[in-house]
Amino acid sequence: MTTSVLDRPRARAAGTTVRQVDSRTRLFNGICIGVLIAFALLWLIPLAWAIDTSLKPNSETVKTTWWIDNPTIAAYTNTLQNTDMLKWYGASFITSALTALFTVITASMAAYALSRMRFRYKNVVFWFILAGIMIPGQVLIVPQFREFSSVGLLNTFWAVIFPQVPTAIAVFIFKQFFDGLPRDLDEAARIDGAGAFRIYRTVILPLTRPALAAVAIFTFVFSWNHLLWPLLVLTNPDLMTIPVGLATVQGSFGIRYADTMASAILGALPLIAVFLLFQRNIVEGIAGTGLKG
Amino acid sequence: MSSTQMIPRQAADAAATERRGRGRQLHEGRTALWFLAPFLLFYLLFIIGPAIYGLVMSFTHASLVKSGLNGWAGLANYTEALQSSDFWSSLWHTIWFTILTTPPLIAIALGLALLADRAGRGRWFYRLAFFAPYVLPSAVVALIWMWLYTPSLGLLDTTLTKIGITPPNWLGSESFAMWSLAITTVWWTLGFNFVLYLAGLQDIPRELYEAAAIDGAGPWQQIRTITIPMLGRTTTLVAVLQVIASLKVFDQMYLMTSGGPNFATRSILEYIYDEGFTNFRVGYASALSTLFFIVVLIVSAGWFAIVRRQEKEV
Repeated sequence: MTTSVLDRPRARAAGTTVRQVDSRTRLFNGICIGVLIAFALLWLIPLAWAIDTSLKPNSETVKTTWWIDNPTIAAYTNTLQNTDMLKWYGASFITSALTALFTVITASMAAYALSRMRFRYKNVVFWFILAGIMIPGQVLIVPQFREFSSVGLLNTFWAVIFPQVPTAIAVFIFKQFFDGLPRDLDEAARIDGAGAFRIYRTVILPLTRPALAAVAIFTFVFSWNHLLWPLLVLTNPDLMTIPVGLATVQGSFGIRYADTMASAILGALPLIAVFLLFQRNIVEGIAGTGLKG
Repeated sequence: MSSTQMIPRQAADAAATERRGRGRQLHEGRTALWFLAPFLLFYLLFIIGPAIYGLVMSFTHASLVKSGLNGWAGLANYTEALQSSDFWSSLWHTIWFTILTTPPLIAIALGLALLADRAGRGRWFYRLAFFAPYVLPSAVVALIWMWLYTPSLGLLDTTLTKIGITPPNWLGSESFAMWSLAITTVWWTLGFNFVLYLAGLQDIPRELYEAAAIDGAGPWQQIRTITIPMLGRTTTLVAVLQVIASLKVFDQMYLMTSGGPNFATRSILEYIYDEGFTNFRVGYASALSTLFFIVVLIVSAGWFAIVRRQEKEV
């Protein structure tokens, strides 16, 4: 009896504060969403404006309105006819796909050895690879350029691909992932008589799909967007990647703003597609590796 | 969490070692080498080799148009760099760009992530809006923003004029060009930090908020007393990744201003590029690269020191 009497007012008091907080929270959340949507729209304006401009005739771009009097895709057909855009797509795709493939294979193999095998100087090897994370690729452009020029590999896709393959951070990511996989699986396969390579290929790799996908997608995107190094080694217009091609022709468009924007949109399309297809892998990849690394 | 996982694994490891004999270990050494060889080959040929070669070249008069090292220079390249006003001004431009980009890229990303975390629904839309620019090539970003910045015809100029504000000379003024590059960079790369912060926010236990709400803490108090302190480590990470990324800036300047007007936006990497590939002075450019590498190393070392201290506090 006494407890219930004592409890009642307290319960009521608690109830009112919770309700007050509730309405305050609701108002606060409303403001939050408003601000957020405003920023999101602000962030979308440059892309929307680029698309809008690209659908105008060149002559109409001097009128700065969102409304298009004579919508046309002429800018896109112009760009595709007047530039080597299709070749650049090919070059970008080949170099990025091969870079991603080589990176995933070499890094995951090295990580497997570091995670599962016992050998002398293992720690030395591990720290030697880890030190590579500290070296920004940009400080190596001068010696790398001389290296490739001395063996006559300038203006080849190999010059673009090779320096991007050894990614220390990828080894680190795979090693962390392998360390988290139970060792019983390896042991079971070993008892069945499987060798190290078969265990790696048939037991470990299938379990590593999320990490493989994240590293492959990231390497692909970074490689696709790389400007400085491909700019140095690719001077032949037939071999240029999208960023190099766009950087080279950007001056030649002059005041043909619709054409310029069409070329930008065409250059952006493949990556927007990659982003929409692999949104989850990309976001989880950044979150996972960023925080653990 | 991790310690409970560690115990069975260590036990399993110990058992596994006992099961394997010495012979197995020797055999594994050779297998390990096969697994490491492809990566190490690429690593030695294209990272470590060039790093050593670059260091050696920095002490020579090496030139891009002559083969070989072209004679020893001793420390001449380094003393020249440290006495060169071009070196110091390009280093200052790089640091100025870092100062302009890092605070907004941290603060806006944190703010928007806090908002998106509360919003709950529609997160895919925010992620699309903020993160999509990040996957675009710098060349595409440059084309779009140069069009936005176009004097009198660009969307920014016409919009500002309509509101009655006199627009700045975005890319054409020595004092304002760096601000324009910074604005473009914030738009371009914000999404990366936004995603890092969203992930950090999801790691904060909901019970903390519930407990705070029962104690009568309003949303703002919750953010100040729970969220921001709990995000300390994420913020350190975001800050360091951001500082290092900003120090390595090249694309925006190369594409949008060519380092101009009057070299006002030439970054250190562009100075290296100019000396090495326009003036063919690869020895001098190598010395510049080494100096730049030292700057990046100092920043990374500072990060390690901060992380160490944070871990001790926890």
